[in-house]
Amino acid sequence: MHTHLQHTLCRYALCLLACRKKAFVYSGLQQMKGGVRVKYRTKAVVMDRDAIERALTRIAHEVLEANKGAANIALVGIVTRGVDVAARLAQRIKEIEGTDVPVGSLDISFYRDDVGERLNPEVHRTDIPFVVEGQDIVLCDDVLYTGRTIRAAMDAIMDYGRPATVQLAVLVDRGHRELPIRADYVGKNVPTSGRERVKVLLDEYDGASEAQILEAVEEDE
Amino acid sequence: MTVLSCKNIISMEDLTPDDIVAILDTAESFKEVNERRIKKLPTLRGRTIINLFLEPSTRTRTSFEIAAKRLSADAINMAGSASATVKGESLRDTAKTLSAMACDLIVVRHKYAGAPQVLAESMDACVVNGGDGMHQHPTQALLDLFTMRRHVGDLAGKTVGIVGDIAHSRVAGSLVPALRMVGAHPIVIGPPTLMPARPDVLGADVAYTLDEVIEELDIVYTLRIQMERAEGMPFPSLREYARFYGMNEARLNRMKPEGIVMHPGPMNRGVEVSSAVADSERSVVLDQVNAGVAVRMAIMYLLLGGEAHGDAA
Repeated sequence: MHTHLQHTLCRYALCLLACRKKAFVYSGLQQMKGGVRVKYRTKAVVMDRDAIERALTRIAHEVLEANKGAANIALVGIVTRGVDVAARLAQRIKEIEGTDVPVGSLDISFYRDDVGERLNPEVHRTDIPFVVEGQDIVLCDDVLYTGRTIRAAMDAIMDYGRPATVQLAVLVDRGHRELPIRADYVGKNVPTSGRERVKVLLDEYDGASEAQILEAVEEDE
Repeated sequence: MTVLSCKNIISMEDLTPDDIVAILDTAESFKEVNERRIKKLPTLRGRTIINLFLEPSTRTRTSFEIAAKRLSADAINMAGSASATVKGESLRDTAKTLSAMACDLIVVRHKYAGAPQVLAESMDACVVNGGDGMHQHPTQALLDLFTMRRHVGDLAGKTVGIVGDIAHSRVAGSLVPALRMVGAHPIVIGPPTLMPARPDVLGADVAYTLDEVIEELDIVYTLRIQMERAEGMPFPSLREYARFYGMNEARLNRMKPEGIVMHPGPMNRGVEVSSAVADSERSVVLDQVNAGVAVRMAIMYLLLGGEAHGDAA
């Protein structure tokens, strides 16, 4: 009993410490909403480095299982972090099957349904270095939210040809869909509120590897 | 705040160096689209773009039209002869009429400098200058920068010789400030009769023969000699012009080793550029035409795309 209590207290203290540390670290993320600048801070880390690695390994196996091998698969990452998810999945698939699957990257800026209202100031190059016709395309992204990005990505990929199937792999599914879209492979389902944001950090861009929930902390003019 | 700092592109001075980089970078993505089998994007569907060309033009108008159509915008061409201007409608009234039809962007080419400015002041739509008199032709300068950047890399510190009719060329009018904004070093070259009265105010160095500067040049930009100009040619003969200012193989070998030759078209072969140079690997004239569509798509997208947002959800 005594040791159990100690244990619990200890964990509680650690938790508090962790929370305190997080609470004072602003994520640096800011977003304009209706002319108001919204600041976000990290509320919780929902996946750490190991969890992301394990999820990717599992997804790689699931992709191979569902498609009966790697022969007809091509991975397409959605700019920006989806590109790294795709690259990491390709690496896993090579380790498991010994096959190099083609990997492409897709910038969906020109296919968004909100062009005219908001504009992505930085458009990246789309690179699909394989024939889409007849392939099993696995779209890869970090976070699945409204589904609008995926709708745009499906339209974009169709402009390259007629794939046999289009599948979707995401690291985090945070819910709040606005379109009838679901993921075939999910790293982790994370229930969130609309006020929150989910941010996935990957080594390639962020020098860290974790999935965070961010919450809005203050809104000012 | 939109991605670009301006609503209209009338002259290069409307743009900031950041705007130029944004346009050129976005154009890289559109260039990829233009290499696909299906060269069509849904980006600007439902938007209306009017090409108001009150002066004859084929390539610029076609380039704008293709750009608009590849973005799924509705592109309407109005040529000088077909429009009400020949019936005596003033430019301001034309602007108001087009505004009333709720178009989103107007590309205007006009024989008088300042016409796009007048149009822009009388309407809400974005106005893009497709060439006005002897003033400017900013989309040409942007597609030239795009082509230069692809061939010689970072333009900072590069020397560009602009050869020909500096006084009357709107291409030079836009290219000189454009080059200065990206940190390049422009030199305008031509006979004194084709130089403006005060070439020093252009912001470029001035040379009166091509041979005195050819060794310094990374890029030779030859301007078209307008043979149709009414007042006659301001030099003794085309042959003499070709001899002193024409880009030939001997001069090609004297410029910087990786140097390129450009021309806004249409070329007078044997005058500004010899046939051998025009067809050589170092002539990038067709790349310029190719870049035109991508750069114009980027301009339309950035002008009509809306507010910039930081982080895509």
